[in-house]
Formats: sequence, C-alpha cells, structure tokens
Amino acid sequence: MRKIVIILLTIGILTTALLSILTRTDKQQNQLAILKERYKKKQVKKVDHSKFGVLQQKFETPQEFTMACLTCHNMTAHQVMNSNHWNWEREEYEVGRGVVYLGKRNALNNFCIGSHGNEGSCAKCHIGYGMDKDGKIFVDSLNIDCMICHDNTETYAKAPEKAGAPISTLNFNEIAFSSGKPKRSNCGVCHFFGGGGNNVKHGDLEMSMFEPSRNIDVHMAVEGANLQCIDCHKTEQHNISGKMYSLSSMNRNRVTCEQCHGTTPHKDEIINEHNLKVACQTCHIPTYAKENATKMYWDWSTAGKLKDGKPYTEEDSMGNHSYMSIKGSFKWAKNVKPDYIFFNGTAKHYLKGDKIEDTTKIIVLNQLFGSYDDEDSKIYSTKIHIAKQPYDPINKILIQPKLYSDKPGQGAFWTDFNWKKAAEIGMKESNLPFSGEVSFIETKMYWPVNHMVAPKEEAVKCNECHTRNNGRLSNLSGFYLPGRDYSPTIDNIAIVLIILSIVGIIIHLSFRLISKTKNGGH
Amino acid sequence: MSKKIIYIYKGFERFWHWMQAMLIFFLAFTGFEIHGLYYFFGFRDAVRYHNVAAYMLIGLIVFAIFWHFATGEWKQYVPTFKNIKAQLNYYIFGIFKNAPHPTKKNVLSKLNPLQKIVYFGLKVLVIPVIVTSGLLCMFYRYPTKYGIEAININTLKYIAIIHTIGAFLLLIFIIIHLYLITTGETFTSNLKAMLTGYEEIEELDKSETEEVY
Repeated sequence: MRKIVIILLTIGILTTALLSILTRTDKQQNQLAILKERYKKKQVKKVDHSKFGVLQQKFETPQEFTMACLTCHNMTAHQVMNSNHWNWEREEYEVGRGVVYLGKRNALNNFCIGSHGNEGSCAKCHIGYGMDKDGKIFVDSLNIDCMICHDNTETYAKAPEKAGAPISTLNFNEIAFSSGKPKRSNCGVCHFFGGGGNNVKHGDLEMSMFEPSRNIDVHMAVEGANLQCIDCHKTEQHNISGKMYSLSSMNRNRVTCEQCHGTTPHKDEIINEHNLKVACQTCHIPTYAKENATKMYWDWSTAGKLKDGKPYTEEDSMGNHSYMSIKGSFKWAKNVKPDYIFFNGTAKHYLKGDKIEDTTKIIVLNQLFGSYDDEDSKIYSTKIHIAKQPYDPINKILIQPKLYSDKPGQGAFWTDFNWKKAAEIGMKESNLPFSGEVSFIETKMYWPVNHMVAPKEEAVKCNECHTRNNGRLSNLSGFYLPGRDYSPTIDNIAIVLIILSIVGIIIHLSFRLISKTKNGGH
Repeated sequence: MSKKIIYIYKGFERFWHWMQAMLIFFLAFTGFEIHGLYYFFGFRDAVRYHNVAAYMLIGLIVFAIFWHFATGEWKQYVPTFKNIKAQLNYYIFGIFKNAPHPTKKNVLSKLNPLQKIVYFGLKVLVIPVIVTSGLLCMFYRYPTKYGIEAININTLKYIAIIHTIGAFLLLIFIIIHLYLITTGETFTSNLKAMLTGYEEIEELDKSETEEVY
C-alpha cells in the first residue's frame, strides 16, 4: 500500500512537471516565431518615383524640390507641420505647471544647453530649411526637408551651420527616385549625434546602430531581424510613436517592448511576474555604449582656456575629447551599467526662467516620477548625465548662453570665449533677466536606456540584483528585495541563539564525557 | 528491570522522518542562499529548487497528518506537563550521574514530555507559520491593477522576515535535536531506532515508573 502511494505520487509529480515544461516552451516559441515571420517580409515599394515627370526637372533650390514632392503628396505638408519633428515642441501636461508646449524653445539640457540664439548651428537637425530665431520658417510648407527622412541613397546630408540647408553637391534627381520609408541611416544621422558628436547624449543610440551586430542590438542586427527604427516607432500621418523624456512629461505615445512581446514572454512564470515592477529593458539591456563611449559628465566651467590665444582640444585614452576650449571638460564611459529608477512615465522639467530654489543642491533638469508604492511605476534603466553649467547666482536661473555665431566679435562664446558677454546676449535673446554674474552649478539629466537590447543569453542574471552587496538595484529603496534585504535584528538574534546552543551542547557533551569516564562507562 | 527489544517506529514514520529531514536540510541550504548568505546554486536555481522541495514537504506533511489521524498516533503529541521537570532534571543533572531516563519509551508513549512539547510546538506553530509564509512568498504579487488573481500585499518584507524567523527556529531545533539523539541508552541507540524501527529498552513495570516521580 505504502509503495503504491509513493509510486503514484512520484508519477503524478513527474507528469505535471513534464506537461508544464512542454506546454510553456511551445507557447513561447510560437510567439517569437510569429514575430519573426511578420518582420521577415520585405517591403515592396508601391510606386517607382523615377517614372514621375515632375521629378525629372533640374532642381535649383531645396524648396523647389519640396514643391515637387508636394504636387503628389498634397496632403502631407499639413501632417508634417503638425508633428513635433517640425515644431520642435509637444503639448504636455506638467504637474504644478499645467499645459506647456515643451520643446527646444523653453527647455534647457545639460549638453549644449539650449538652441535659442544658436539656431544656425542647431538647425542641422531640424526637418526644415532656413531656421532662424524668429521661427518664420515654421509657417511655410516649402521649407519642409522631406529627404532628410525619406532619402534612401544615403547621400543626402545637411550642411553644417547653414540653418538646415542641404549640402550643395547633391544629385536631387537620384535622391528623389530612391525616396522611400526612413531607414536607420535617416533617423541616425540626427539621433545618433545629438549633443554635438557621436553617442554624446543617449548612450544607446550611436553610429554602431547603423549596421549593428547581434551583440549590440538583437533587434536591429543586420544578420538578424534587421529591424528599422520605424518598425517599433510606428508612425501614423507623420506622427512618430515614442519619445525621449528630456522633452516630454506624459505617459502616452510610448513605444514598449510589450507592444510586440506581450506581458508574459518567458516560460518561467517567476520571471514573467517581474514585469509587474520591472521593465523589460532593466534586465535585457545589461550595458549601453557597447561600441563607442558616451558622455557621462560635462563641466562647462573649465571652458574658455586658450593656448597661444587659440582654442584647443585634448583627448582621453579612448580617443574622445576630454577637453575643448569651446565646451569645457568631459568624462566618457563605455560598456556602462545603467542606473535604475522607479518610473511611471511622467516627468517634470526645468524650463527657462525657473527659479532655482536651492543652489546648494544638484538641479534635476528632467525629474522622472515613480516609486515602488506607485502601481504604475516599474524599475527602468537609465543613463544619468551630470554637468556643471552656467547660471546667474543673483537671479538664480540657469543661463542660456549665446554659443554659436558665424563670425567672431558678436559675443558668441564659441568664437569670443567671454562668459559674461555670451550670457548677456543669450539671456537678452531669450527675454530673460541677467544680473551680470556668471557662476556654475551642477545639473542632472535622466536619459532612459531603451535600445541596445542584448541577446537573451546576456540578459542580467538574477544574482546581479538579488545579492547582498553592490547589486544593480542597491540604490533603490522602499521595498523588500529577497537576497538583498533582511532584518539585521532577526539575523543577529538568530546567530546569538545558534552560537549559544552550540556552546551549550559542547559544554553538556564535555560534562557527559567526563562523567562517563569517572563512572567507568555505562 | 529487564531489557527488551521492541518495534517502536513504524515504516511510514521512519520514511516520513527521513524524508522530512532531507527536505528540511535541503530547504535550509537553498533558503539561506536565497537569504543572501552564500552563493552555491545561484539565486535563480536556489529559488526553483527551494520551491520544488517546499511542495514536496507540503505533500509529505499532508500524508503525515492523514497517517497520524488514521492510526491515532496523533495522541503521542498531546503535550503533557507531567514529568517535564524530571526530564529537564535528567538533562541537566541526571545524565551526568548516569541516572536512568525518567520516562521510558513504549509503543504507546514513545516521546518524552519535553519532546511532546517541542514537537507539538513545531507542528502547531513553527511549521504552519513557515509553510504559510512560504506559500505567501510564492503567491504574493505586487499590488497590481492588471487583473492577476492573487493575494495583493504591499510588501514582501514582513512575510519574508516571518519566514526567516521560522527558518532560524527550525535550524536551532535541528542543532539541538541532533545532539539530543546521542542521549539515548547509548550514543547511537536513538539513531538506530529511527533507522531500523527497533530499540532495546529497559522495561519497568508500571509501579516502578510511578515510583521515580
């Protein structure tokens, strides 16, 4: 009877275990297989642009070219001119501020600080021609730069410091014939170089992502799914989904892993449960800046030093600028472990003119909200960029300096190296008060890390967080993390009790042995 | 006074005891790794093995409860304060003077009064607490609105700490238990009894037992 019970029990347990393992594996493979099938299909172009008469003409100006596009795509300008790529702003709601049009006109960052007054240089990354500080271009649809996104020859490029105009040597006809959906190269030409160089800003978006290997990005890998940016950043009427929290504050229009993979993609239910509080990125992006370093620290206060009256640059061991007279000192890092925060998709920003309440503390330029107790929050991976940037110690506001000018003598810092002058002009152009004093203050920005997803074998292992010391989540508090947390009181009491019992046993045993010898055995 | 070999631990009891011993040792080993005290299996496998062993232990407990009620053996564990002092006196003084065990095992009463109290405490307090808190650790979910049917508790903290307390209590029990095994008629007679089921005991008739205390 006993044997039968044991045998039945064993068989029962084994069958259940086997069944559950088998069925779960199937489910997971199906899901991935469906995704692979969907993205394997090659896009076939609907029209051949080389056959259109309007594109055979000789184009004298970029505006003529745009006009040619608009003859067929005659409803598109309206869409583009409603997009944040065109307007450089988003309608957002911020806690304590209400509805704001958050964008490059009112927000400051801690890289090149702000675009205001520097449009001639910054507009290299605007989808238009002829940017100026008055914003006149925004109302003229002929200034739309279609090809910066839709060129598929990879030859189209904007000229530096020409307010967004393309370089002069382009073959517009060939570019027009090739036009198609944006590829990684179209997006990357701006988004990989933000902040004035490769991988300066994001850390997870950089040159190596043009043609990434599987180890760098498992989705965009050329030898893998070869996904393009817009495969995830789905686009409706020129409004592209997904956004960066440097310039957005609401939990909407986000691109998430779950949109393709669902909320339970693992066969291990314990890991699936993690998704309630841990974003996919947190485990699946173990490091960012895998190929090239990213900027972690920017000290504007050292800028302006000259050698023989001339600006100079210095490089660190990885060949990145460690000092530039025009920008100050930098620290770069490669293969960086992300920082982790609780984040619920909402944020607030430091906007131009905001009073700095406490000048002894670091200013957070984009505060990301979230905590363990908030049910919408999950643990996200982020890059943190620290800078020392100019502020007005009397008025207690951050300074928007005039940085760029096409010729010296106009007070721009990059040509004249005078902080007070650059601040005075920059603040005047921004309609902000300036006391005449320039000082420097530490600021912090969060750049959530979403790309450079590693192959699954390289995902963060359980022990990297569930560990007593120096775990990846050692800075997060407000919850009990098994393996990391414990009650020191309970542990100490227990250790004392264990030691006492062992000591007691040893004493007891010794007495027994002694008495046994005395009594001459039992 | 005469010596007699009696069959004291039945087959199921011995199977139950040793299975329970193995499972508890394994649970302690994986559990203290999860607690963060050392690295052996790695956190992920430690959790997996700990959970499997936990289910096996629960299964075993269910069988044991059934067996104890079906056979009436549960009566063995009803605590009694009779002879407690004698038993304590024996461990503190008598054992050194080679005094006889104050209580004698027989098939109807195989546990001494101290054992009865301690095992009763384990069965009604420590084991239920550690099993319940352990199951809560498994089926606990973060507070969520996504419709997962589970017990939503705001923090794992108190569950985990109670589970840890239970684990430490069991560990201390095991340490003392292991030592007290050696305090039978000979150093190994208790161990032998639990392995074979048979133990040689000195039989006192009823009047003699009463006489001792």
